Amino acid sequence: MASTSKKWVLGIVVLAFVVPLLKPIFPDAISDYRLFLVSTMIIASIAVLGLNLLTGFNGQFSLGHGAFYAVGAYTAAVLMDQLNVPYWATIPAAAIVCFIVGYLFGLPALKLEGHYLALATFALALAVPQILKYKWLEGLTGGVQGIVLMKPEVPFGLPLTEDQWLYYFCLVVMVILFWAAANMLNSRSGRAMMAIRDQYMAADTMGIDTALYKTVTFGISAAYTGIAGALSASAIAFVAPDSFNIFLSIKFLIGLVVGGIGSLTGSVIGGIFYVLVDNSAQALSQFVKNDLGLPFDLSAYTVFGVLLIAIIYLMPMGIAGGLFMAWRKIRGAR
Amino acid sequence: MKTSRRGFVGGASALALFSGSTAAFAQKKYSDGATDAEIKIGHTGPYSGPASSYGQIGKTLEAYWKSVNEAGGVKGRKIKFITLDDGYNPAKIVELTRQLVEQEKVLCLFNTLGTANNTAIHRYMNQKKVPQLYVATGASKWGKPKEYPWTMGFQPDYHTEGVVYAKHILANVKDAKIGVLMQNDDYGKDYWEGFKEGLGKEAGKVVKHVTFEVTDPTVDSQVIQLKDSGANVFFNIATPKAAAQAIRKAADIGWKPVQYLNNVSASVGSVMKPAGLENSQGIITAQYLKDPTDKQWENTDDFKAWVAWMDKWMPGSNKADANHVFGYAVASLMHETLKKCGDELTRENVMRQAANFQKYKLPLLLPGITINTSPTDFYPIQSVQLARFKGESWDLFGDVMSAEGS
Repeated sequence: MASTSKKWVLGIVVLAFVVPLLKPIFPDAISDYRLFLVSTMIIASIAVLGLNLLTGFNGQFSLGHGAFYAVGAYTAAVLMDQLNVPYWATIPAAAIVCFIVGYLFGLPALKLEGHYLALATFALALAVPQILKYKWLEGLTGGVQGIVLMKPEVPFGLPLTEDQWLYYFCLVVMVILFWAAANMLNSRSGRAMMAIRDQYMAADTMGIDTALYKTVTFGISAAYTGIAGALSASAIAFVAPDSFNIFLSIKFLIGLVVGGIGSLTGSVIGGIFYVLVDNSAQALSQFVKNDLGLPFDLSAYTVFGVLLIAIIYLMPMGIAGGLFMAWRKIRGAR
Repeated sequence: MKTSRRGFVGGASALALFSGSTAAFAQKKYSDGATDAEIKIGHTGPYSGPASSYGQIGKTLEAYWKSVNEAGGVKGRKIKFITLDDGYNPAKIVELTRQLVEQEKVLCLFNTLGTANNTAIHRYMNQKKVPQLYVATGASKWGKPKEYPWTMGFQPDYHTEGVVYAKHILANVKDAKIGVLMQNDDYGKDYWEGFKEGLGKEAGKVVKHVTFEVTDPTVDSQVIQLKDSGANVFFNIATPKAAAQAIRKAADIGWKPVQYLNNVSASVGSVMKPAGLENSQGIITAQYLKDPTDKQWENTDDFKAWVAWMDKWMPGSNKADANHVFGYAVASLMHETLKKCGDELTRENVMRQAANFQKYKLPLLLPGITINTSPTDFYPIQSVQLARFKGESWDLFGDVMSAEGS
């Protein structure tokens, strides 16, 4: 089983690398816009993975991961804007800054559990856009005007478009991060993280330094989400406080729950889901109104909500869990 | 450009028929987004999120193009108006704009809303050389044809409006001591910069300048600070909710300065009534559109046409909402721009025509205010008229003041 799933993953990764190269053959199907859209899905997947490490594998709640995403994005943007740091070098920088911020936030969070932690992180997500506008930081962050950036240029004279290059850049970062996460979860540390989630007291009794693990996990989780933020700054080529409102944090949470809590595959599905549904909800509501001729003037969010309820109801373990169950049923029926 | 065979044969035979009078034929030229049958226009607006009250503008635009299509379109071409929800989020609009430009291949973007949002796509649109026309924000940065030849604003910019108030204060208030309440964002700062410029050497007359965040629940403490500073003039740079609170609070604590209110919040329904009509008497603002609650317009032709249009195309919506007036007026300007393009529906020509209005009388603008643009002037409306609140509506006074050519 393990070897077949490894083959699957390898196959998908190879496919992800090869398909964009077919752009000259299928210029309409593989357009720059679509590649850009897939890049945003990759970025979302990384952010959801960050939240998953914390919530799915370590059992700590966060309603505020949009804050770390914003910190990552602004770290990248300020470095590029003020110090002319190349975009690729901003990724590790954002990771380090967000790790520190996450770790520090994790320290007081040790005293908070469950709902209280959720509320504290929620407050963080609310505060960050305001802090970015703060007078003393304005020189750096550009205040409410934000910072306009350049899109990453294609290096070494490679015959790629900007969007193709961006796609590959995001993809490589994603593969590295998922590989690292998979290894970490398979290790002693990963088992300790999950033990804390499953039986806190037992883990403590077994000699696991729960405080250390919880804060470090918070830091790593924040670093992952911060990397996603830094990538998004390069992809969108603009950062402004309004991009990081509370909805962003909620969307990560939706991606997490819908994709599958405590599942690496689920993080990818969650990322794809929220970009896809966010984009098509409006098209769907217009389809209902204009093409089906039903007299409902549904807003995009209504469609989004209905879809969400349907998925949670039909697949309580998220899409990844649902697919896994379906797969087992099919195999069992045979 | 795709040309269907039937279209080609039809066009060719028509050409053959009229070949005797070829001079009468203007040459047809198209960019992406325009054909013999259709013109595609893209738009994004906040149908959801914190600024969703502005979603009414998008709905008005959509209804407007529907009514144009019903009447036969623009020179026989139907308008395909694609409007998407950006939720007032700058990250989202980048994605949507790319969808509109690269997938849908629209001829131009029209009236995209919000300063941060338009900033997010400013460079992209100019790199792609796709018109970003008549954007729905009053920031002063949309009129820079040298750096950004593909972007143009619409309404009088906040900067200009700030200058107008400052000049009026200097001319009319003796020993002015000015208190300023400012929303702490780029919109507030644009007004503030213009206001300071208008004061010039007299900038010392500002005795107190306080700010607030758009998310602050109240502005009570700021208003109290302004009163304590001894100011006798109050310049209110706030969006509707905070503007109304400030007016009410000033009355509650017995502060009676000369009040100036930015045009953004000059809505009778959403500001003056909640603030209390008795508290709002005498407030001065600047206007450029006909206020839908102002009875004096009821018998003017363009206003009557608008009311009839609203009844037919937007039944049931609130006619007192000035967003409908705004949407109708800006759509009329886009309509006229497309008409002027004739059969040369290229992106270059759209910009050329947009930059070529001389004293054009747009429906619903105040009498005396016209559209003026040129290749070096990308500010379509640069005139305003001051109005004083009296009874239950605005009372225009003085002359139309213009910053044209400045």
